[in-house]
Amino acid sequence: MAVMPSGSGGRIELPENVVVSRLDALANWCRKNSLWPMPFATACCGIELMATGAAKHDLARFGAEVFRFSPRQCDLMIVAGRVVMKMLPVLQRIWQQMHEPKWCISMGACASTGGVFDTYAVVQGIDRFIPVDMYVPGCPPRPEQLIQAIIDLQDKIQREGTISGREFDTSGRQLRKRALVEITAPLTADASRNPLLQRELAAAADALADRN
Amino acid sequence: MRFTPPSVADVLAGLTARFGDLESSTFRGQTRVVVPVSSAFDVLAALEESGFDLLVDVTCVDYLEYPGATHRYGLVYLLASTSTNQRLTVRVFVDDPDPTVRSVVSLWRAADWLEREVWDLFGIRFTGHPNLRRLVMPEEFTAHPLRKDYPLQGRGERHNFPVITRDHS
Repeated sequence: MAVMPSGSGGRIELPENVVVSRLDALANWCRKNSLWPMPFATACCGIELMATGAAKHDLARFGAEVFRFSPRQCDLMIVAGRVVMKMLPVLQRIWQQMHEPKWCISMGACASTGGVFDTYAVVQGIDRFIPVDMYVPGCPPRPEQLIQAIIDLQDKIQREGTISGREFDTSGRQLRKRALVEITAPLTADASRNPLLQRELAAAADALADRN
Repeated sequence: MRFTPPSVADVLAGLTARFGDLESSTFRGQTRVVVPVSSAFDVLAALEESGFDLLVDVTCVDYLEYPGATHRYGLVYLLASTSTNQRLTVRVFVDDPDPTVRSVVSLWRAADWLEREVWDLFGIRFTGHPNLRRLVMPEEFTAHPLRKDYPLQGRGERHNFPVITRDHS
């Protein structure tokens, strides 16, 4: 705290080597330039993620090169690849093990929407089950796109961040994502062409008649 | 010297002598024999004894809506002999309800996970299997997703998870 000299008319004289800032801005500046990614790489996006961290694209330029394989040392989860329903509880556990403040990048079409894998086993976008800050389009995205997402995330942290993490109290502001409406269509088979199916249908009808 | 794969005709002849007439066919040097489910284990045991020491694969086909199919499920056992290089495909057909076949884990240890996978994805029960649990799907899964009457996008299992928001993470 600078001492207010007498007779200065309320103005504070600061030495030349002192810079005044908001505490939030200072915390954001520290946080955005030392993102430690947690590589949750499950598919080909993981290869691009590795390329992003390697020498040519050099994520160290943005202070985010320290990939750690323990969630307890990370504050940026990069989900790179499709997540199947057997993997989702693992993903959620790892996300919960990460320290606050933490952010999540959903890298590529599969992590964001399920991509081409619209099947029974693949989660149709991780943002249905964990919070996501940045989405990267692409199949897989180029390293430049991932770098752009990290730069954008840095901007977001600088703009919205607070030292106490108030920006994460989002439940009031966020709309809950609606679950997909599942197709529960019965088997649409042309029974007239298929003796096996005719037999099964007849057996089912008999069973129903017996029960009645 | 050119390598000529040994024929399995003599093996088939031995099977026919012991188990009666079995439907078989050959395509591009690959022989296939169809075995009724009642004698499937005995035939496979005889084949194991006669030198087919390697179980390459156990898998299944669902023939629902397949033109001309007479059975619902067709099991496929791919056998090989590491000493004679012979290969043989054994087909066993089973039907709803309760498609069941005797486990061959006692003949080939390799059958353990293969049969678990077939149980998981097709719902074929293997009696006598030491540990018939799901292999690839989560344990709480109830359906058998490679059956043709299971919808491709599932029955909502992939959405059945707790949602973690910022507030409780």
